Amino acid sequence: MLFFASYREAVGLGRMNVRLPIEAKVSDLISELHSKGENFTCLPDSVVVAVNHVYSEPATMLNDGDEVAFIPPVAGG
Amino acid sequence: MSFVAIVRQPINPSDILERVGSEEDGANILFVGVVRNHNDGFPVKGVRYEAYEKMAKSVLEEIVMEARSQYGTDRIATVHRIGDLVIGDVSVAIAVSSHHREQSFLASRYIMEEIKKRLPVWKKEYYLDGREDWTQGATPGSPQLTEPE
Repeated sequence: MLFFASYREAVGLGRMNVRLPIEAKVSDLISELHSKGENFTCLPDSVVVAVNHVYSEPATMLNDGDEVAFIPPVAGG
Repeated sequence: MSFVAIVRQPINPSDILERVGSEEDGANILFVGVVRNHNDGFPVKGVRYEAYEKMAKSVLEEIVMEARSQYGTDRIATVHRIGDLVIGDVSVAIAVSSHHREQSFLASRYIMEEIKKRLPVWKKEYYLDGREDWTQGATPGSPQLTEPE
């Protein structure tokens, strides 16, 4: 997992690994993080997530080795 | 012949403009976004852009491909800078050329608006009074309108 910008600062790290059950979805990962409490509560329930560089939905299935990025509101330009 | 890049070095707008144009084109457009010295009424002394670089490159390519198919020109060059920038530095440059001006105007505008909506890039502003803060941005995939900048 990757955390960027305000999420990285709030979570306190930019990268971490997590083990999930087989057939876990993006929504399961978010629930898992929220259950850890503490700094992960900064991630909103509707947090935008990219899986392997593609914006993804809560129902997106996760596979072993996927790169999941948590995307704060963007401000390029 | 589209060109897309996320760079850390300064952007020279004329270099971007030179990447487009052809003998069949009658319109060359160059949009240049620069760092301004204020935001929401507060004086700004500089900014830092951060990107999810691998994804930003692919999203920018996707946006340019959409502009190509919608506006019928493949002569497009788009560069976004990341890292520490000071007032007046170029943060983004978009060059488009096309047979007629409308295609270039529309394609350039489309690319800039989509960058604002979904390019995974973030901006932290450093204010003269010593404060710093991430710019309130747009949530990718949401229908919300962003304030024009």
